[in-house]
Amino acid sequence: MLTKKVKKRASLLSISLIISFLAIFVILQSLKNNILYFKSPSDIKKNQELDFSKKIRVGGMVKKNSLIVQENEIKFVITDFKNELQVSYSGTVPNLFSEEKGVVAEGKLQDKKFFIAERILAKHDENYMPPELKEIMKKNAK
Amino acid sequence: MFGLLNNSNLFQWIEKLINFFNSIFFILLLVALSFALIISPPDYLQGDSVRIMYVHVPAAWIGLASYTCIAFLSILNFVFKIKNFSLVTKSIAPIGLLFTCIAIITGSLWGRPTWGTFWAWDARITSMLFLAFFYFLFIIINKFIKDDTKANKISSIVAIIGLVNIPIIKYSVDWFNTLHQPASIKITGTSTIHSSMLLPLFLMFLVLILYCALIFLMKYKTEIIKIKKKNLKR
Repeated sequence: MLTKKVKKRASLLSISLIISFLAIFVILQSLKNNILYFKSPSDIKKNQELDFSKKIRVGGMVKKNSLIVQENEIKFVITDFKNELQVSYSGTVPNLFSEEKGVVAEGKLQDKKFFIAERILAKHDENYMPPELKEIMKKNAK
Repeated sequence: MFGLLNNSNLFQWIEKLINFFNSIFFILLLVALSFALIISPPDYLQGDSVRIMYVHVPAAWIGLASYTCIAFLSILNFVFKIKNFSLVTKSIAPIGLLFTCIAIITGSLWGRPTWGTFWAWDARITSMLFLAFFYFLFIIINKFIKDDTKANKISSIVAIIGLVNIPIIKYSVDWFNTLHQPASIKITGTSTIHSSMLLPLFLMFLVLILYCALIFLMKYKTEIIKIKKKNLKR
């Protein structure tokens, strides 16, 4: 039923598909750090080669009872339930920004414990908690 | 050749189906929209902006599903050289592009009030953009390469390459830190969307699928007519 040509094309295609899937997987693995939209406070603590002049994004949860709203400054603590980062920000925040909710802050690190944000994005989730954080939490609970 | 022997039979069936879909489409649309816009409750956190979901999520599903269809038909077309499949893929592609664009645009409009930004270069959104790009490439190749067999071959290869992107889109929210929230409706396990919001979601999905079928059949009809005309010219 299957002619030689069909078999040839099929094998060619399947081999190239497998190779391309593997290649993409390897590329994604090696690029993982660039693809990540934000770092967690633990990533920052672990990282030795931090560039303080470069803009980065930090994500996590706004810690309970840490949000302080002053006249022209908002202070809060981003936590991944293991490490924390103090954030200072002046400007408007998205509607969904509040305590115990996911947040992504864009800005510059002053030092490993203090971050000045230029932009705040809310990371919403109907479970109240992003799975990344849940995973980190699980790991930390062990 | 081209399965034209039964195409006249097929033609009548397509006409009947188009008429049938046309007759129920608007009624279903009204029902689904009233569920989505009026009856369903607003979200506890997002308020009424959650209603964007009823277009955004089905549109994204359709964008992914129709690309997967195109890619698998392209594989069959490439291996077994079944010419009719190229007509099918050509007819699916514009719908897929339309819905991928709708998903991206509604997502952008939804992102503004919820995340605080129209656009973020996170893994989900960027890979979705790639999907739209692959659709675009597929359509462009079929439009601008005059030689039919050559156009078929190149476009099916492009479609097959783009298949690699599909699992990346699906799992990007689990593999990487993204701004986009992970899937609420899972293939296994319970969904995290309340049932009162799930019903309008599935209704809207049904309606949009029906719309796709309608457009697909119309496009397929014109493709068959095109081929018939070509044969007459020879």
